Amino acid sequence: MARRIPLLFLAALLAAPGFASAAAPAVPLDAAGVDVGNSASLQRGDSLYMHYCLGCHSLQYVRYNTLAEGLGLTDEQVAENLRFTGDSPHDMIRIAMPAADAAGWFGLAPPDLSLIARSRGNDYVYTFLRSFYADPAQRATGTNNKVLVGTAMPHVLWELQGLQEAVYRSETGPDGSTREVFDRFELVKPGSMTPAEFDQAARDITAFLAWAAEPMQLKRQRLGIWVLLFLSVLFVFSYLYYKELWKDVK
Amino acid sequence: MSAATDKTASAVGKQGGGLYDWFRKRFPWDQMMDEHVTGYYAPKNFNWWYVFGSLALLALIIQIVTGLWLTMSYKPSAEEAFASVEYIMRDVEWGWLIRYMHSTGASMFFVVVYIHMFRALLYGSYQKPRELIWIFGMLIYLAMSAEAFFGYLLPWGQMSYWGAQVIVSLFGALPVIGDPLVEWIRGDYFISDVTLNRFFALHVIALPLVLLGLVVAHILALHEVGSNNPDGVEIKNHKGPDGRPLDGIPFHPYHTAKDVPAWVVFAMVFAAIVFFAPEMGGFFLEHANFEPADRLKTPEHIAPVWYFTPFYAILRAVPDKLGGVLAMGAAMFMLFLLPWLDRSPVRSIRYKGPLFKLALALFVVSFVMLGWLGLQPATGLYTTLARVFTVIYFLFFLLMPIYSKIDKTKTPPERITYHG
Repeated sequence: MARRIPLLFLAALLAAPGFASAAAPAVPLDAAGVDVGNSASLQRGDSLYMHYCLGCHSLQYVRYNTLAEGLGLTDEQVAENLRFTGDSPHDMIRIAMPAADAAGWFGLAPPDLSLIARSRGNDYVYTFLRSFYADPAQRATGTNNKVLVGTAMPHVLWELQGLQEAVYRSETGPDGSTREVFDRFELVKPGSMTPAEFDQAARDITAFLAWAAEPMQLKRQRLGIWVLLFLSVLFVFSYLYYKELWKDVK
Repeated sequence: MSAATDKTASAVGKQGGGLYDWFRKRFPWDQMMDEHVTGYYAPKNFNWWYVFGSLALLALIIQIVTGLWLTMSYKPSAEEAFASVEYIMRDVEWGWLIRYMHSTGASMFFVVVYIHMFRALLYGSYQKPRELIWIFGMLIYLAMSAEAFFGYLLPWGQMSYWGAQVIVSLFGALPVIGDPLVEWIRGDYFISDVTLNRFFALHVIALPLVLLGLVVAHILALHEVGSNNPDGVEIKNHKGPDGRPLDGIPFHPYHTAKDVPAWVVFAMVFAAIVFFAPEMGGFFLEHANFEPADRLKTPEHIAPVWYFTPFYAILRAVPDKLGGVLAMGAAMFMLFLLPWLDRSPVRSIRYKGPLFKLALALFVVSFVMLGWLGLQPATGLYTTLARVFTVIYFLFFLLMPIYSKIDKTKTPPERITYHG
């Protein structure tokens, strides 16, 4: 029976390229530069998330009332503007789409994003959101992504960003052969936002996800300062006591 | 011992009643305190390397207390484990603090114990008559490694799952019994709910009990023969008229008062990590472990947590799987043999010769490098380096009977010395 396990591995490896979630990004990641303490940024990111992402991606470990508290909103504001699923402020942020249907449509159920900023990092999320480009080879969506090559996810933010194409350049390798390498993106169809505005939107969504991954992180840091101050004082007294007690020991 | 009896007698004579008195007539409290705390004489010349023993005890206490509270909200089931950890992190009052203390505590326990072991290497604390202290200590190290390994599966993240998969499958390298043994350990054909449940049981009951028992044995053995010190001289050779070592001083209040500021410094480092960098850049909490375990998705890069990486690098340095497992086992076993491999007439590094100093330096470099290499992919130059450092690691032990014997040692003083 133990022979089945290598088969499982093989199956996993063969299945991987389609949704290559573990594959390394084809482009270097850009610095997200998010500020989780900036609640205006978090609120904008939250709003974008609720309108563009929540159709498919739940935040199943975040409650609506945690959201209200963390973003400086009231439960009523959240209920009116942001709560599209769930009945009570205590509910988790879930999606209406059944996972089995989603798997049928996309080949893989879209992952929950509660912890994406911790598992992949802010830079990954930020660069991913900005790296969709037109790719006719991707028959289902017409777009591909340089960070998650072959992703089944369509370019949901296209009306904001517009559509960009990947531009390649020739490079001569050490052995004299030339190959095409990715150079940059070029906007071929503008969206409703300028590139700078869109970068900020991507940064806001990233900041929101960074917050959602660890909603207590600011509280943790604030408390840490007091703990360290207390321990510093304790150190001085405990050290003086030790010195006093040992001063005649020889 | 006799001093204790005297004290008890006089105390009983002085205060005829009271609950305390009632208690100690029925329990050897005074005798215990005298033997292990107030009447245990430890050398006066301990330096700061000597605080790591009591720090290890502190780390153990932190793990037991935080672990107890985590158990109150954690659910050991494949369906619920990952979500219950996030529940602790987000919804349980102070749950995030308890969880970060436990995850940080695990790594800090190893930091402290590795330094504690290095201290023993520096001052020859494993040499006769302290072989058994060293053996108990090594058993503690093995038990805490098992404890850490079982505990690491519990969050049920990707790295929990695949780390356990890799380590458990190592037993499959054994001839004949390998495959059935692996199945027996997992209780299933793959790491599953059954495995998670039994690892939980081992993590919260079995190993903690073993650890506590071994810690008691370690301390009892220490108090039987007495502590070594940075000069490696026997303080029991020079006793005063009261039968107490002249170069010793009661553990309490003197050494405890010295340990307290060290505990506070440790707490500050600990708090800095817990409050400002709980992931420690992915070393204490690995990024991939924030993704739930997925049996069908192998992570691109599986590396054990940092405290196992030196041995993991040795495992991978050997091209053959069984050979690798045996090499890893041998690397652990070598440490057990240390008291009998060291033939030096002196204990402390202060009086050992250049050969031993060079060997120890090479050993430390190779151990640290192996730890780093265990985190890298096993390819090309990395594998070559891992092989070189594995050879150095083993030569440190295998050649020790020779170089420790022919080394030019200095003569240690009769009594302890003070520095600074």
